[in-house]
Amino acid sequence: MTFWEMFYKNKLALAGCGIVALLFVVSLFAPLLAPYDPGAIDLKNVLAPPSAGHWFGTDQLGRDVLSRMIWGARISLKVGFVATGLAILIGTILGAVAGYYGGWIDALIMRFVDIMLCFPTFFLILAVIAFLEPSIWNIMIVIGLTGWMGVTRLVRADFISLRERDFVTAARAIGAGDGRIIFLHILPNALASILVAATLGIAGAILTESALSFLGIGVQPPTPSWGNILTAGKDNIDIAWWLSLYPGLAILITVVGYNLLGEGIRDASDPRLKR
Amino acid sequence: MTRYLIKRILFMIPLLLGITIICFAVMHLAPGKPTDLQTQMNPKASAEMKERLLSLYELDKPLHVQYVSWLKKLARGDLGTSFSSDHRPVADKILERLPITILINVLSLLIIIAVAVPIGVLSAVYQDSLFDKVTAVVVFVGFAVPTFWLALLLMIFFGIHLGWLPISGLRSLNYEYLSTWAQLADLAGHLVLPVFISAFGGLAGLSRYMRANMLEVIRQDYILTARAKGLSERQVIYKHALRNALLPAITILGLSVPGLIGGSVIFETIFAIPGMGQLFYMSVMARDYPTVMGILLIGAVLTLLGNLIADVSYAVADPRIRIS
Repeated sequence: MTFWEMFYKNKLALAGCGIVALLFVVSLFAPLLAPYDPGAIDLKNVLAPPSAGHWFGTDQLGRDVLSRMIWGARISLKVGFVATGLAILIGTILGAVAGYYGGWIDALIMRFVDIMLCFPTFFLILAVIAFLEPSIWNIMIVIGLTGWMGVTRLVRADFISLRERDFVTAARAIGAGDGRIIFLHILPNALASILVAATLGIAGAILTESALSFLGIGVQPPTPSWGNILTAGKDNIDIAWWLSLYPGLAILITVVGYNLLGEGIRDASDPRLKR
Repeated sequence: MTRYLIKRILFMIPLLLGITIICFAVMHLAPGKPTDLQTQMNPKASAEMKERLLSLYELDKPLHVQYVSWLKKLARGDLGTSFSSDHRPVADKILERLPITILINVLSLLIIIAVAVPIGVLSAVYQDSLFDKVTAVVVFVGFAVPTFWLALLLMIFFGIHLGWLPISGLRSLNYEYLSTWAQLADLAGHLVLPVFISAFGGLAGLSRYMRANMLEVIRQDYILTARAKGLSERQVIYKHALRNALLPAITILGLSVPGLIGGSVIFETIFAIPGMGQLFYMSVMARDYPTVMGILLIGAVLTLLGNLIADVSYAVADPRIRIS
């Protein structure tokens, strides 16, 4: 069976794909889909419970929670993709170099990975972000810079097993340089596992961003993000449950979507890995 | 065994040095200065006073000089003095908060083991049963739940809606007047939600890992042998299979330590627990370099210790590793 046939038969992977596609649509058409302006303050309607006018209620400034969540989807999408893109870029380059060349450079890179893995990552992210100005770009960069170690290990393992294969020897025999062998011959064979790591990484980045925003050092209000709506939920925990329930549900569904998609790609690209 | 232990501990030293260099560089290269918070809002602070404040904290010296002086102090067990207004030694500030963080993390590790291992084993033994399918779904969702959100929901439900559990701090207001047993019960009540939240993240990972291990072990030849010589299914599963499936799980537990410690920032902030995580959050917000450095170091040491304990117990439990 081809990759697409395998993927198509997997109902859960299709569901994940659907969730992710839906998020893309919501983010893209946020201005059209949001029933209200996400920043429109309505002080006569503060902390209103869910109703026909405001499906998910309003927050402490009377802003429509549903509209803020729809705009918040843009933030999570952006953070997920940029942060993971950065992590994949760093991880792939370091992993490829370590796995392909081996020797002292491999030892050096892998010791660096060990050191980075010793940190409680969340501590490190917090420390860096708080000393920088909390902005969405800084968050994406820091999450990316602290999330590449797993990818490095993965790519390195792939490269170690692939570099001794016949097609690599053949490429070398016809005079291909290291760069050509790494990027054109070996890397395409490692692409499936990188793609899986990227999809699962996006889920992780979205979770981290929401936790940071929840703690007040992520996306800063008035820009809406799922995490900072939850902060308002915590501040009004005894009166406004809707501020806590819905944004968290959105995070949960999003992360489940990316995880299902990632596992679907893994199962379809390499049936041997199927659990 | 002793040689192995000494080798492992010696190996930790360069790792720790690397960690401190990275922390130091990252924190000091970031554009904001810790003195900004004290001077920015103060119109009376002149440029000269800002300089004096910087030199008081030795922040005007080159980075490597600051690092070496920090290391020298560390060798004497001195983590420096906090920049915050109390100006207390960082080591004292951390030490008084460390026990509660460790207590919560150890309790959640125990819960993770006590719950995840049976779930993993049962879903492997009864593969594709209803129990297996239900736990698979629960575990999958468990991976995706933001723990701080779950904490909020549990606070709303158990703390506010039902009023069963306290939702903030470690002690009730009338703590001083309670009997010893009532004090213990009070503390336990305050710990229920934080420990559950802290354990929750690890439950999903370990139970899935146990299931995969168990499935692999059950297919081994020695299990077939055990069955062939007429042992009961109970003995085969719990004596022969479980032991072998448990071993690799020890490593996973060791690897889960950084996640637990990192998570303590979140749940200690949410539940207002005066532990190391909360101190870290407050120090980071106040740009209190020495305290942040101190906690990063302690966090890394705890992580390395977790890994060491995992590796040593693996070696103790598995003779094959001890010999090689």
